[in-house]
Amino acid sequence: MSARETILKRLRERADGPLEAPESDFAVVTGRGWTAQERLARFERWITSVHGEVIHASRDGWTEALAGVLRDKGVQRLALGHEHPVAAAARTALAGTGIELVAVDRDIESWQREQFESVDAALTSTGGGIAETGSLWLWPTPDEPRLLSLVPPIHIAVLDAETLEDTLFDVMVAHDWAAGMPTNALLISGPSKTADIEQTLAYGVHGPRELIILVRHAGTAT
Amino acid sequence: MSVQTFTPAAFHRQAHEALENPQIRANFRKAMDGLMSKRRDSFGEWDLETLRELGANIRLRALARLPDLLEQLEANCQANGIRVHWAEDGEHACRIIRELCEAREAKSVIKGKSMVSEEMHLNAHLEAAGIEALESDLGEYLVQLNEQTPSHIIMPAIHLNTDEIADIMHDKTGIERTRDVDAMTAAARLQLRERFMAADVGVSGVNFAVAETGTLCLVENEGNGRMTTTVPPVHIAVTGIEKVVEHLRDVAPLYSLLTRSATGQHVTTYFNMISGPRRAGEHDGPEEVHLVLVDNGRSGIYQDDQLLDTLRCIRCGACMNHCPVYTRVGGHTYGTTYPGPIGSILMPHLEGLESTKDLPTASSLCGACGEVCPVKIPIPDLLVRLRREAVGEGRGNVRGAGAKRSRKELAAWKGWQWLATHPGVWRSGTALAGRLRGLTPAHLGPWTDYRAAPKPAKTTLHGLLKQRRAQAAEEKDA
Repeated sequence: MSARETILKRLRERADGPLEAPESDFAVVTGRGWTAQERLARFERWITSVHGEVIHASRDGWTEALAGVLRDKGVQRLALGHEHPVAAAARTALAGTGIELVAVDRDIESWQREQFESVDAALTSTGGGIAETGSLWLWPTPDEPRLLSLVPPIHIAVLDAETLEDTLFDVMVAHDWAAGMPTNALLISGPSKTADIEQTLAYGVHGPRELIILVRHAGTAT
Repeated sequence: MSVQTFTPAAFHRQAHEALENPQIRANFRKAMDGLMSKRRDSFGEWDLETLRELGANIRLRALARLPDLLEQLEANCQANGIRVHWAEDGEHACRIIRELCEAREAKSVIKGKSMVSEEMHLNAHLEAAGIEALESDLGEYLVQLNEQTPSHIIMPAIHLNTDEIADIMHDKTGIERTRDVDAMTAAARLQLRERFMAADVGVSGVNFAVAETGTLCLVENEGNGRMTTTVPPVHIAVTGIEKVVEHLRDVAPLYSLLTRSATGQHVTTYFNMISGPRRAGEHDGPEEVHLVLVDNGRSGIYQDDQLLDTLRCIRCGACMNHCPVYTRVGGHTYGTTYPGPIGSILMPHLEGLESTKDLPTASSLCGACGEVCPVKIPIPDLLVRLRREAVGEGRGNVRGAGAKRSRKELAAWKGWQWLATHPGVWRSGTALAGRLRGLTPAHLGPWTDYRAAPKPAKTTLHGLLKQRRAQAAEEKDA
């Protein structure tokens, strides 16, 4: 008998008999009923509490805010996609600014060391945000691959204010994640950190040292 | 720092040594105090009891359907391109992983944090086969550099302070000596990035395996887990069979409970959900993803209605953070992969009571572990159950049951029982003990190491009450 059969048989022929599966009531992780303003305030409070940096911009003027961030951080090489509207708009706006735009829609094997060592920052879109924990959710794509939000030392994520939802449970249900997951889905809540040396917080241990969230608001900037 | 081997059989000696080490006591006291207050604060605005009820309920539901869910997990993982392997014990799981490495001619394995891999001594197994296994979680990396094992399941290097870590980083990696935490972290980042790029295989654990979608969930702060599961061409995830949950939505409350209970964080930096290897058209991620499902004693625990609760555990470590015994003796003293209260109720099943018989007694039964457990495992009850099993007074279905049975102790308790159920003998016995109280020896084994020997009272409580009643009667008559 294979290990698989042995294990399953042992579980099925349980000595104390079959078990009753209880129903679950998820009320405690949903139904927050926050307004859009409360959601944004919570999101911002939580993500800044773990070292995330939030910058507000208008839907029309956000690329200026992006250019400002890149200037402030001294970014010379920015990795970003091509097709996503966020990446496309950033490419147009940054053309001719002297910032080198690094293509990421190529197999990692061909540029691994380059990505690890000579990219200053990465720009990604996000699927949305979670107010309760100050989290971003991302579904990486061929246009914006998995490592883009992990390897470069600065991660700039673009979030539309109206995509904020209350809880992780709400996001999973509203977008029916269970119907089909991508190869990799991520929640990101702040830059990479560790407290493994005597509980002292240090940022950027393996992933980005800085996480900047550009929150886009419909209409003019708030 | 000398390298010391710890075993559960030597618990008492190790506990003595730890108690006499002020550095260990100070390191743990400071860390556990911090963790307890952070946990309390993080649940501030939550209805914690309702959330714990839900957590327990989700885990129980998963266990109730365990064999079906494992098959569903396997089918959905396979549909996603993840290859699934089953291992009866740690040795078998090690062999599966080694063979997967050998098939790729792998020489170097990078590891994300995985307690199951510690449980099955994977690193030693791979190294014996000429495959280097390097830990990438900062705490695990430091512990490995120092040739030790983790002393806590969430914070592996909690037993070391900054000065000790500064020495390790200087001595073992050759960096300039510094006690600046940012500088040491930056040095480790550089060292490990090279290793991520060079690694042939990444090995990780799993926090939740979702049957419904064939998704492996990993909870972390550092990003080393994402590196381990994304950069090398092969990712092998290894997990105990009990880690499966039924639905994707089940992970939402469990994740909330896990991070808050473990470190008092409202959320971790990363929640990494993996549902397959790199697909055609994608530009990164591993070419192969494997899931190794390890039994290693778990299906044995599963047989018993009471012991089953042990398998609800989501490995947050809150029970050890709140344990007065763990805080004083530290994690290594237990001599087992999982220390503290959860280790004391889990390890006897994994290793047998022969070597672990003292662990269930490493508790004052104060109940803190049960009160903070996010999935409401009645840990104190299970400790008592294993104490009974250890002396052969339980159901006898735990490996090594009866290992602690002692004729002398049994005779003593039988004698006590006989005395206590024969009032006449009891009265004359206690009266005699009161009269001979001057003969009580001053040294009564370990009890009198730190205390004065107790002496029987001149008059027993019964006697005192009798006297008082007689006195009261006299006064009434007068």
